[in-house]
Amino acid sequence: MAEVSATLDLADRKREADHPHSPVVRFPAGEPLRLDAGIDFSPLQIAYQTYGTLNVERSNAVLVCHALTGDQHVVNRHPVTGKSGWWETMVGPGRAIDTERYFVICPNVVGGCMGSSGPASTNPATGTPWGLDFPVITVRDMVRAQAMLLDHLGIDSLFAVAGGSLGGMQVLQWAASYPERVFAALPIATSTRHSAQNIAFHEVGRQAVMADPDWRGGRYFAEGTNPRRGLAVARMGAHITYLSDAALHRKFGRRFQDRDNPTFSFDADFQVESYLRHQGSSFVERFDANSYLYLTRAMDYFDLAADYDGVVAKGFRGTPTRFCVISFTSDWLFPTSEARAIVQALNAAGARVSFAEVTTDKGHDAFLLDEPELFTIVSGFLEGAARARGLKPARG
Amino acid sequence: MLSRLKHDLTMAEAARGPGGSRVDLLEVAGMVEHGARVLDVGCGDGELLRLLETRGVDGRGIELSREGVNECVAKGLAVVQGDADTDLANYPDDAFDFVILSQTLQATRSPRVVLEHMLRIGRHAIVSFPNFGHWRIRLQIALGGHMPHTDNLPYAWYESPNIHFCSIKDFRQLCDVSGAKIEEAVALNAWGRRVRLKMPWWFWNLFGEQAVFSLSRRTG
Repeated sequence: MAEVSATLDLADRKREADHPHSPVVRFPAGEPLRLDAGIDFSPLQIAYQTYGTLNVERSNAVLVCHALTGDQHVVNRHPVTGKSGWWETMVGPGRAIDTERYFVICPNVVGGCMGSSGPASTNPATGTPWGLDFPVITVRDMVRAQAMLLDHLGIDSLFAVAGGSLGGMQVLQWAASYPERVFAALPIATSTRHSAQNIAFHEVGRQAVMADPDWRGGRYFAEGTNPRRGLAVARMGAHITYLSDAALHRKFGRRFQDRDNPTFSFDADFQVESYLRHQGSSFVERFDANSYLYLTRAMDYFDLAADYDGVVAKGFRGTPTRFCVISFTSDWLFPTSEARAIVQALNAAGARVSFAEVTTDKGHDAFLLDEPELFTIVSGFLEGAARARGLKPARG
Repeated sequence: MLSRLKHDLTMAEAARGPGGSRVDLLEVAGMVEHGARVLDVGCGDGELLRLLETRGVDGRGIELSREGVNECVAKGLAVVQGDADTDLANYPDDAFDFVILSQTLQATRSPRVVLEHMLRIGRHAIVSFPNFGHWRIRLQIALGGHMPHTDNLPYAWYESPNIHFCSIKDFRQLCDVSGAKIEEAVALNAWGRRVRLKMPWWFWNLFGEQAVFSLSRRTG
């Protein structure tokens, strides 16, 4: 029985990787994606969602960049899980990123598993999923692919680019690679380079996936297996890093799960264990294990300074983009010190930069949660930028 | 006598120019060239930056308090959370036309270092501060025998963020040792009006409740 449901999961996800429940652009073989790894990748496919309406001047487009385990389904029901979008607190009619006013675009990143080219996509040369034959991609590759999508959609210039975590890395890369195309940038809970500690956490996650015998060297689609245990453990470990000691204590403390006393076994006695197990098992239903390897790798490789003689500021010199950098007090994965480093580099480059630290005990995940202070800051920043850009207020 | 003093101070606190801006901010803004690049150090809730933006100035701010910063950013101002004592070092030379320190000098740990950074980062530095040489403050110390306590300086000594008060005379000495050239100076009396220009410094030091100095780097 378990085997049957695993196969169904894989079939669903396989279909989503090639034929997603969202608009998709399939670039012809003559338009490859030039990768940092030195490969011209083709055929490239980008899946994306849009919300709101592009104005006649084409000046109100906001690119939302999703995080490691996010996707293009920002504010619509998720086609695999049926759950609501991942940034409904931030994006939507009347929200900080107001879809009555802005035209929001969110592409699935290259290397992802929700319809943009990734390890779960079919390799046209073999007719089977790429698996580990998929080239290793970088944040810059993701951004390059997004630029190709915008070219295809006829959007020369973005009013804003916004995102948290890996999404924030893409925001910074956008501003560095295409300054003239980005009017305003909102890097949230992110960094100009992935720290040693964060690389270390990612490596633990990858090793968990690869240690699962069902991973089969990345060929689990072909062999009809699913490394669900490995990926679940990776997710459980990562999930702890997205929270905080205070938040875990507030939510779970040392409370027992559906029992009054310890069972003197390795059952999930504690609520926090049960919660993590649930996080792990629900994650594997919607995410591809190889994608997890590729996207964590892309984050690890991210080091903006490396492209600019070791000086981040050089990447932003003379930039016309206005920035709003945001961090959270309890985020220990991308702590405020990382945000300050971004701000210092932007100041040294003479950029117009705002920086705010939001007080919360919810850790790194705070950027996805209901944080009124965050929304006030984002909407205020965008409002100021909209005035400067000459965007009309939302109708009604 | 005391109620009269109290009245004067209340008037000064309430002294607002046309448009409702604080008079000391209007004086500061008046020293800034149209269209200049400005850094406001200790920008509070962004009142001065807002005032400057209406005058075509490209303004940035640094503010220590998180509430102040978040309020500014939500208003669309380019403000970063930071500390004048530590963060000015991160700004490159000549990044701004004007660097403003409004009512903040007395709260810095190292006023001299801060002023020197301001002169390095900006072509001009504008500093406004409460004058500790004002006769009423002298009176409170001399006759009352306690730390001055006024509507403008409302804190008890043990909880005041102000750790480096100075008089106009003291500030001129700081300019001297920091290599600052005084380009313009204004003293404001208790009603927020300018103390008459043709008066000697000692007169300003006695009757100016606040002072605003525009400085530049002394060359050679």
